[in-house]
Amino acid sequence: MNRLKERYLRLDALPTLFCPGCGNGIVQYAAIAAIDKMGIRNDIACVSGIGCSSWIPCYLNLDVMHTTHGRALAFAQGLKLARPEKQVLVFTGDGDCLAIGGNHLLHACKRNIDLTVVMVNNHIYAMTGGQKSPATPKGVITKTSPGGNYEEPIDGAQLVICMGATYVARWTTAHPVQLQKSIEAGIKHKGFSFIEVISQCPTQSGVSIYGVKDPAYIMKFFKENSYIYKEGMDEPKNKIQCGVLKHDNDQPEYIDRMEARFK
Amino acid sequence: MEIHINGPRPQNGRKVILQGNEACAKGAIYAGCRFFAGYPITPSTEIIELMSSEIVNVGGTFIQMEDEIASACAAVGARWGGKRAMTATSGPGFTLMQETIGFAAVTETPVVIVNVQRGGPSTGQPTMSSQQDIYQVKYGSHGDYEIIALTPSSAQEMYDFTIRAFELSEKFRTPVILLADEAVGHLREKVVIYDGERKIRGGHRNYVVSPQEDFYMGNNSLVEGQLHDEEGKRIGHLAPKSSDFINSINRKITNHIDEIHDIETYLMEDADIAILAYGSVARPALNAVKTAKGIREEAEEKWKKLRFLKGLLKSKALHENPYSHLNVGLIKVNAVWPFPDNEIRRLAEKCKYVFVPEMNIGKYYKEVERCLHHSKVISLPKIGGEIHKPTEILDAIAKEVEESE
Amino acid sequence: MKISIDTACCKGCGICINICPKQVYARSKIRNRYGTAMPEPIKENECIGCKLCERLCPDGAINVEE
Repeated sequence: MNRLKERYLRLDALPTLFCPGCGNGIVQYAAIAAIDKMGIRNDIACVSGIGCSSWIPCYLNLDVMHTTHGRALAFAQGLKLARPEKQVLVFTGDGDCLAIGGNHLLHACKRNIDLTVVMVNNHIYAMTGGQKSPATPKGVITKTSPGGNYEEPIDGAQLVICMGATYVARWTTAHPVQLQKSIEAGIKHKGFSFIEVISQCPTQSGVSIYGVKDPAYIMKFFKENSYIYKEGMDEPKNKIQCGVLKHDNDQPEYIDRMEARFK
Repeated sequence: MEIHINGPRPQNGRKVILQGNEACAKGAIYAGCRFFAGYPITPSTEIIELMSSEIVNVGGTFIQMEDEIASACAAVGARWGGKRAMTATSGPGFTLMQETIGFAAVTETPVVIVNVQRGGPSTGQPTMSSQQDIYQVKYGSHGDYEIIALTPSSAQEMYDFTIRAFELSEKFRTPVILLADEAVGHLREKVVIYDGERKIRGGHRNYVVSPQEDFYMGNNSLVEGQLHDEEGKRIGHLAPKSSDFINSINRKITNHIDEIHDIETYLMEDADIAILAYGSVARPALNAVKTAKGIREEAEEKWKKLRFLKGLLKSKALHENPYSHLNVGLIKVNAVWPFPDNEIRRLAEKCKYVFVPEMNIGKYYKEVERCLHHSKVISLPKIGGEIHKPTEILDAIAKEVEESE
Repeated sequence: MKISIDTACCKGCGICINICPKQVYARSKIRNRYGTAMPEPIKENECIGCKLCERLCPDGAINVEE
């Protein structure tokens, strides 16, 4: 087994319940690599909600809270406020974070509370068997949109930028090194950090969105159909916008503001 | 009304006038509550208002969350961060908190949730009192779990029971619900409060199924909402282990009812009619017993004497007590859940009648009826938001006794 | 470079085969515990040690060491 994962996984809980080729394992590696590089193993706790992506931290040999659907951010805010000096890493998915947990996301962004959120976006409700999610692209056929999805998808990263998150990045599973660096930067950043990871779900959304089940093909598609955002650039259309979309160190963080108020 | 609370009480108490809700907040601070997350809702808002200033003075954290779901979640999250946590709400918010109560029960998180009841269903009667949530407290969240619920009937009890709620939640590592109602929450009374912080022992390992440590202690805790074993590993797919787990989290409470139950009695020694009441209805119930037995309050005596001196004595003092034939006593249940079967059976076994006045359509009496086989259990429901009058209770008793004799 | 692939972890998704810039891997006839065909490092000497396969293996089955 991989030496790094061996040190960080709960070996008795393996194998993971992820399907072959699932992007969650790649995100898991990036998170472990970031935590290992920063050497903060005992100073970080992971919180997650419900869904495939919320299973990522359950295999990590760290302090982990696997909570109810959509509420990961609410639990994480309580945990962070109880121990402001420690770090909290939240794993969530597009359904967990943008649908049922949407309100908690908006308010966590608004507070600019020092959390790092990794939202794994596979564009579908995968754990329940492939129903449409708030991020499902238009026209995609899923189990609950048999004639093609006719709702506009939510762009998670743009949403949190509007709501006042201060570190926002988007990567795909085909950008593992950049993803790891963004997770590191997000943890270091004092304020609300949101990292969206466009991920493949070979089982549920592979055929309906990309036309194939092969995870390697989908990852190649990500690589070829994405661009790295730079401020002021001429942005190509119909491509996935990747990169650090916002990094604002000037906004005061929630706990700092709270402490300043009461001192 | 004298109240009893387990364990020694400190001696440095001072008397203040407080509203029930304020007493609850003060009690929480004294019990070491250092995290409060809440969302304003009538009639519990005074708790969140007072907490927002008081908890900061003792180095705690206050946050007003976006809804009651998030408030309960944040309290549970903070408890895993090592801070004793509480939230307060009323009926509609309590409904939203149910999923987190289930989560706290299954993950064995000690957390105190205050429900200052108002009339329901739905938005219902925001400013009126009720006891309609008595079953929701026990059965609100899905799945098999046991809950501890305490019902205060005075501002002093709001203070004392809040402290006891923290003690019980830490001892049994379970969510504990303080089931107050609007009448108690908004009642201003004399309360004896204490300075400093009460030492509450946590971590009674015998009661705990999955002994996860608080976070950031280097223990790699796994707090898991799915059914899990001692190490937090999921066992939901294994039927025998799951059955053991469910039994364990239920039995840690049902096997220790004798440590949890809290019943006060008044003149029950030779009574053949019992009034069983909880929460604010225990007050008119106590008054009803006193009226029937001709026991007057001290203040009432003084007032009567004054009237006598003024030569106005024509009134009630000379009238005969119409309820003197009723040999009544009071059973006041302070911890409504888990239902104290044995204790109620022991206390009421000689009674011919047990009357259960409550501010709902008649709910708790069903539990009493189930438990008592030889007594006639009669419900005295009152809905609409008003509390029972003592004479209402006595009239109903007199009528029932007369009809059946 | 020494490449080892864990039979117990590999789920046979084939990401490593397709993503390796030097085409070190090929599908073999060895079956993993799920019964699917495992990759095999057929050109181990051409490995440049970029460790992309390590990062992109969802199940942590690959270990690349010097």
